[in-house]
Amino acid sequence: MSILVNKDTRVLVQGLTGKTGTFHTEQALRYFGTKMVGGVHPKKGGEIWHGSEGESLPIYASVAEGRDATGADASVIYVPPAGAADAIIEAIEAEVPFIVCITEGIPVADMVRVKARLDRSNSRLLGPNCPGIMTPEECKIGIMPGSIFKKGSVGIVSRSGTLTYEAVFQTTNEGLGQTTAVGIGGDPVKGTEFIDVLEMFLADDATESIVMIGEIGGAAEEDAAQFLIDEAKKGRKKPMVGFIAGRTAPKGRTMGHAGAVVSGGKGDAESKIAAMEAAGITVSPSPARLGTTLTQVLKG
Amino acid sequence: MNIHEYQAKQVLKGFGAPVAAGVAITSADEAEAAARSLPGPLYVVKSQIHAGGRGKGKFKELGADAKGGVRLAKSVEEAVAHAREMLGNTLVTAQTGDAGKQVNRLYIEDGADIDRELYCSLLVDRQHGRVAFVVSTEGGMDIEAVAHDTPEKIQTIVIDPEAGVTDADVATLNGALKLDGAAAEDGKTLFPILYKAFLDTDMSMLEINPLIVMENGRLRVLDAKVSFDGNALFRHPDILALRDETEEDPKEIEASKWDLAYVALDGNIGCMVNGAGLAMATMDIIKLYGKEPANFCDVGGGASKEKVAAAFKIITADPRVEGILVNIFGGIMRCDVIAEGVVAAVKEVGLKVPLVVRLEGTNVDEGKKILNESGLAITAADDLDDAAQKIVAAVG
Repeated sequence: MSILVNKDTRVLVQGLTGKTGTFHTEQALRYFGTKMVGGVHPKKGGEIWHGSEGESLPIYASVAEGRDATGADASVIYVPPAGAADAIIEAIEAEVPFIVCITEGIPVADMVRVKARLDRSNSRLLGPNCPGIMTPEECKIGIMPGSIFKKGSVGIVSRSGTLTYEAVFQTTNEGLGQTTAVGIGGDPVKGTEFIDVLEMFLADDATESIVMIGEIGGAAEEDAAQFLIDEAKKGRKKPMVGFIAGRTAPKGRTMGHAGAVVSGGKGDAESKIAAMEAAGITVSPSPARLGTTLTQVLKG
Repeated sequence: MNIHEYQAKQVLKGFGAPVAAGVAITSADEAEAAARSLPGPLYVVKSQIHAGGRGKGKFKELGADAKGGVRLAKSVEEAVAHAREMLGNTLVTAQTGDAGKQVNRLYIEDGADIDRELYCSLLVDRQHGRVAFVVSTEGGMDIEAVAHDTPEKIQTIVIDPEAGVTDADVATLNGALKLDGAAAEDGKTLFPILYKAFLDTDMSMLEINPLIVMENGRLRVLDAKVSFDGNALFRHPDILALRDETEEDPKEIEASKWDLAYVALDGNIGCMVNGAGLAMATMDIIKLYGKEPANFCDVGGGASKEKVAAAFKIITADPRVEGILVNIFGGIMRCDVIAEGVVAAVKEVGLKVPLVVRLEGTNVDEGKKILNESGLAITAADDLDDAAQKIVAAVG
C-alpha cells in the first residue's frame, strides 16, 4: 500500500507546455508509466503536447475540461509564481481531489486567498514550494529523482526537497525502501501539514516506520509531536526518526524557504527537537545518518 | 525586504494612518530647516537603520553616558545638536550585533504627548493561513519579553480573508487594547487601514511599537517597522524603489542579482548547496563537527553553470572563508552542471583554500569525472558526514 497516490492515480499537468513542465512530465511518464493523462493551457486547448521520445498528451483549455475528458483525480502545477495561485484555485473549482503545487515563490497573500478557498472545498493541496510526492514503482508527481527510490516500508515526510532525497537515498541504501515520500513544502502557508501526512502513514498498513524532516520556522513540528503523543495514547504508534534543519540559522533571517525563519522568539530548532523527542521520535543530529539511525531504531 | 521607519510611515500615511509630521535628513546641515518645518515645541530625532532597539542603543564613538539612537529635543537648537552628534556614528543595539550600524539618515519628527503606549502588529498566522493582528496593552517595550513574562497580555485576532476586518474584529481589538472614546473611534478606522496596507503592499510584517494614545485621546502610529514579502515585490515597483542597499551585506546584494538564496554569517567555512533544507543542514553539520559556517547558500533547483560560478565567486571573495564545502544532491540539479560551474569559477578566480565536494544524484558520475579531470586540488567526499569531517580537518 501507499498513501495519496498509486499506480491508478491519473494526473493532469497545469503548466505542461513550459520547459519545467515538459521535462518533469517526460520523467514521470518514464517512471513506471505514471498515468499522466493531459495538460492544461488556456490558449492551447485541442493541441497535442509532444515529449522528446515520442510521448504525446492532449492539451485542454481548462482544468474542468481536462478532468471531464480524462477522469483525472490529481493535478500537478508548474505554473510560474505570478499565476500559480489562480492555477490552484482553478483546480479546486474543477473539484480535483488532489492538487500538487511545485511552484516556488508564490506571494504569501496569494496563498492566504488559496487557503480560504481550499477550506471550503473537498480538495487536498500539497505544497506549494515542494518537490511533490512519490510512491515507488507506481507514481511520480513532481520533481523527485526516481532513481534513488526503492519499494519498501518507510513513510517519508519533509518540508525540504533535497533533505527528502537524503532520506529516500539512505533508506534505499539500508534496504528498507519507501511506501510513499511526501514533500509538504517550505512555504509558511501551505495545503498539507505534517499532521495530515502522519495520520495517513499511521493508518497505512504497509508503512512500518516513518522519517519526518522539519526545519526552523512556525510550529508545525510541535503540533505534529503533540498529535503523535495523543495517537500513541490510543495505541497508534510507529517507529520514527526525525531531523530538524536550521540549528545554526540566525534569528530573524529567512533561510531560502519563505517559511524557514525564527521570528518573535518562536520556531527555533531546539524547541522542535525537544518536542519531537518527547513524542518518542529519535532525532538524528546529522542528516547523513537518517537511514542508519532508522535501522538501529528498528532493531530496538 | 525591510525599509526604514520614515519610509514605513510614508507608506502607512498613504493609506490614511495617523502618523506625526516628520522630515528625513542625511546631513546635519539639513537639521535646522527640518525642525523648523515642524510644529514643535517637542521634537524627536530618530536614527534610521534597519534594526530595532534603537532607543536603548549606544553610539560606539560616543561615551557611555551619551544618549541613545532615539532622542527627545525641546528646541530646534537641541534637535540640531543631537543630529550633529548622531549622524555618521555607529549605533550598536541588541539587534545589530557588536559591529553596529552606521547612522546615515535621521528622521526628525514632531513630538507627541503620550498617555499610553500599546503594541500592534500584523503578520501571517501560519497555523490558520490567515493575516492576524497581535496586540498588547504593553507597548513600547520588547514584545518578546512581554510574550515570555506575561503571555496573557498578548492577544491574537485572526482575520477571515473573505470578510476582512469586521465590526466584531474592531470591537475585539479595541477591547484588547482597552480603547474608549476618541481612541476607540480612531480604532474603527485605523485597524481596517492597517489590514488594507498590509495586503495591498504584500507586507510580511507590520509592527507598530508603540501605537500611542495621546493625551488628547487620539491614536497615533509612533514607530513603524515593515517587512515586505520578497516573493511579491515583482508587483510593487514603488515598494522596491524603497530598498536601501547600504543596509545590506554587499555579498548578499551580489547574490540577489543572481537570484541566489544567500545569507552572510560569521564563521569561516563557506558552503554552496542545492536546496534550502540541505543548505541549512550543511551549516548545522559543520557546527556539529566543531566549526562555524561562513554563509548559507542555496543555488536552487535549476541553476546554470554561470549561476553556480557566481555563487562560488561570492563565497571565495569572502576574506573570512578558510575552506569551502560544496554539497549537492542532484534532483533536477545535475551534478555535471555544478561541476562545470565550480571548475569555471576556480579557473577564473583561483583557489586559495581547501575545497571539499560531495556530489550525489542525477549525473553524479559525469560530475565526478569533470572534477577529477580538471586537475584542481579538490577533495571528494562520499556523504555529508564525510564531507563535513574532511573540510573541518582541512581548515584545522
